[in-house]
Amino acid sequence: MVELALPKNSQVKSGKHWPAPAGAKKVKTFKIYRYDPETGGNPRWDTYDVDMDAVGPMVLDALLYIKNTIDPTLAFRRSCREGVCGSCSMNIGGRNTLACTHGWAEVPGKAVQISPLPHMPVVKDLIPDLTLFYAQYASIEPWLHTDTPEPQAEWRQSPEDREKLDGLYECILCACCSTSCPSYWWNGDKYLGPAALLHAYRWLIDSRDEATGDRLDALEDPFKLYRCHTIMNCAQVCPKGLNPAKAIAEIKKMMVERVV
Amino acid sequence: MSKNDIFQPIQFRTPLSRARGMGSSHHGVSHFITERVSGLALAPLSLWGVYSALKLIGADQHTVAAWLGQPLNAVLLVLLLVSALVHLSNAVQVVIEDYIHRFTSKSALVIGNLFVCVLAGAVGIFSILKVALTVTGAH
Ligand code: SF4
Ligand code: SF4
Ligand code: FES
Repeated sequence: MVELALPKNSQVKSGKHWPAPAGAKKVKTFKIYRYDPETGGNPRWDTYDVDMDAVGPMVLDALLYIKNTIDPTLAFRRSCREGVCGSCSMNIGGRNTLACTHGWAEVPGKAVQISPLPHMPVVKDLIPDLTLFYAQYASIEPWLHTDTPEPQAEWRQSPEDREKLDGLYECILCACCSTSCPSYWWNGDKYLGPAALLHAYRWLIDSRDEATGDRLDALEDPFKLYRCHTIMNCAQVCPKGLNPAKAIAEIKKMMVERVV
Repeated sequence: MSKNDIFQPIQFRTPLSRARGMGSSHHGVSHFITERVSGLALAPLSLWGVYSALKLIGADQHTVAAWLGQPLNAVLLVLLLVSALVHLSNAVQVVIEDYIHRFTSKSALVIGNLFVCVLAGAVGIFSILKVALTVTGAH
């Protein structure tokens, strides 16, 4: 069954409060989800009153400031700090996005609330376990499949065919889309989710690929593909402005074209 | 809870084995097409249904029976009933699959849904035909 309420050990309790230093003028409160598997116990909301004069413009700047100067135990992922690595995805102000490209001033409400990507097992604090998400990506075999002997030079492709991959290849696998998808929440073990399906489509329409039929075969399933009900959350949250829902609709169209 | 549940403790299964699960069942496209086509058929049929119902408001039993006695009305009503039930049973099945995860309860509900819709269809068609044929037979 769908969980209508959080299980007892996942209910978030209120946690520590870290007041702003005396004399801070521009104070903003950050309400951050904390969970440490080693100490056990329930997750909690810690609140940090941050002196924003000392902080850069992005949510990631604030998180780094908190970790460096207030509470070094806070755990989160980040690497590129410019929206290309996909590590810093989290739920900020109720919306999945990248902490490094989202300005804290844009977050509505008085406090900036930050929690890990929804409905994933939590490793620690803001770090979700994305093992299955990555494996689902691997399962669509995201590489060129060919039987024709390899050419001496590269596999060739017309500029028009190359253009078809625009809006797909830019995906940074941040998982914002999949973890915002209700179908993925309820059936994440069997439904591949918008990110993996966007990539599946990227290989389905690659003019150089010779395994289109096998790829469609592998996707035709009430759960792997057809759990998508075009709820469109995925397209709304994608921090790269991609549209996984449209890619999924195109796959469904290819499935129909194959039988009629 | 299925064997592939992501919330079970880490098992001695590789992530790829969990992601692949039991593989693709190679079906789903016919369900998808049925859903769209029944929806397409329902659009004009339900407009006609609403129009006819409005026309028959306040009519006595005899008038309604006579209306149903006309072949076009009876045939359209049967088609409306069938496409509505096909569409409904498809949609309800999807909802069951979305929210119910235990294999036994899920299968029971899917089969139950099918039985209820088929029964409703059989009873409905029989009733329409009974009224329609009785009336024309009386002429
Ligand atoms: S489609 Fe967008 S939201 Fe989804 S994983 Fe790729 S970049 Fe992230
Ligand atoms: S459109 Fe499909 S993949 Fe995207 S959020 Fe909705 S159900 Fe999920
Ligand atoms: S740190 Fe790389 S995407 Fe945010």
